[in-house]
Amino acid sequence: MTAMQLETPITEEQIRSLKVGDTVELSGALYTGRDAVHHRLHHGEAPPVDLQGQVIYHCGPVMVEEDGKWVCKAAGPTTSIREEPYQWEVMRDHGIRGVIGKGGMAAKTLAACKEYGCCYFHAIGGAAQVCAQRIVDVDGVDWMDLGSPEAIWHLRIEKFPVIVTMDAHGNSLHDVVYDQAAAALADLKA
Amino acid sequence: MSEALQSSLLELIRRTSTDLPDDVVRSIEAARGQEEDGSNASYALGVIDDNIGIARKASQPICQDTGSILFYVHVPVGYDQITFEDTAIEAVKEATEKGYLRQNSVDSVTGKNSGNNIGPGSPCFHFHQWRKDHVEVKMMLKGGGCENVGIQYTLPNADFGGRDLQGVENAILDAVLKAQGKGCGPGILGVCIGGDRASGYGHSKEQLLRMLDDANVDETLAALEGRILEKANKSGIGPMGFGGATTLLGCKIGAINRVPASYYVTISYMCWAFRRQGCTLDINSGIAEWLY
Repeated sequence: MTAMQLETPITEEQIRSLKVGDTVELSGALYTGRDAVHHRLHHGEAPPVDLQGQVIYHCGPVMVEEDGKWVCKAAGPTTSIREEPYQWEVMRDHGIRGVIGKGGMAAKTLAACKEYGCCYFHAIGGAAQVCAQRIVDVDGVDWMDLGSPEAIWHLRIEKFPVIVTMDAHGNSLHDVVYDQAAAALADLKA
Repeated sequence: MSEALQSSLLELIRRTSTDLPDDVVRSIEAARGQEEDGSNASYALGVIDDNIGIARKASQPICQDTGSILFYVHVPVGYDQITFEDTAIEAVKEATEKGYLRQNSVDSVTGKNSGNNIGPGSPCFHFHQWRKDHVEVKMMLKGGGCENVGIQYTLPNADFGGRDLQGVENAILDAVLKAQGKGCGPGILGVCIGGDRASGYGHSKEQLLRMLDDANVDETLAALEGRILEKANKSGIGPMGFGGATTLLGCKIGAINRVPASYYVTISYMCWAFRRQGCTLDINSGIAEWLY
């Protein structure tokens, strides 16, 4: 599989050219944001960084300070579905072009992807070292009061490997796989 | 506090977090052969395989979610469990400073992260006395993604059936369907039939301490484990829920007695990053033997 190369900030046109099943390698800036960040944004707090054209990474990395510099020791994706109540709003209000996570998201987010021009990028869950290798720098951190795993880490990535599993055209691989599995298991019922 | 014990426990934590046990690695490698070349499933297992190698070589966490820290300790009669706990807490703090463990313990009321993995309920100890004269320490690091897809059913249930193995089987497969890729599959199920709500989850997690390639001593349960594995892998959910041939790497089922009014089927889902390790300790609290 040849991966498509994308660099943040990403344009709406680039996002709309992607479809479910595409493999992509992302480069540029990447901001982590998980449960507490989405909760805070939902309650109206302004994000500490300009998210226009950017991608939010559902991730709580392992960070260690070595000689006054943050070093990323492990940084795979966390389960995205917990952000389902909030994600559509962040897509609408802050101009992001996508999120990276794992496990997929549901109807609200899929509709927002279509309406605002975003994609859901699936990283390989648990593969914290492969992901961390593609994080070439840590530029800073905000909202550290949320605790290290929940803070907004400013990462710089190079060829970060993901698969598009929800595109900006209303398609979700997760819906397809669920329906097929439900039918298969219904046939196999004891 | 014993320096030797702390250093042994630190090494146990390091190894558990960074080096996947051989039975799990073998099982993932076998799964790779089942997936179609060029498929997303095959790609996912390839990345997983690379990740295992990098983590081992770099001595860094396989997964950033270093999870709930669970100790299962067998001790001789008369062994000082309080000192063991105090020492293990120091080892956990040290492992957190070194980055083998993420700062993973959050106050459930205030939301404050303790920063060192120590707090009410963390780490979690299960002590058992035995008549042997040495200490055995097993541990699991169980990430939140897979813990969240754990589930407890009660039978009878209109969709699954009655209080029999048919109902149990259908309930377990429902858990697999609901989990999809959210628990970082291909996964391993620990299942408990019976017990109460708490002991059901406890026993289901202890099933995960079994070797992946062992055979259940109970023939009925062994057959059920085989059926679950076969059917789950025909579901097509696949690695990460991308679709594919490998949905589960294993299914381990135990049964404990219940009261007549209750019939629980409890499922603990473990991700492919199945971080469990164990060792026995020698007389000086050094590591005598690795168990996985």
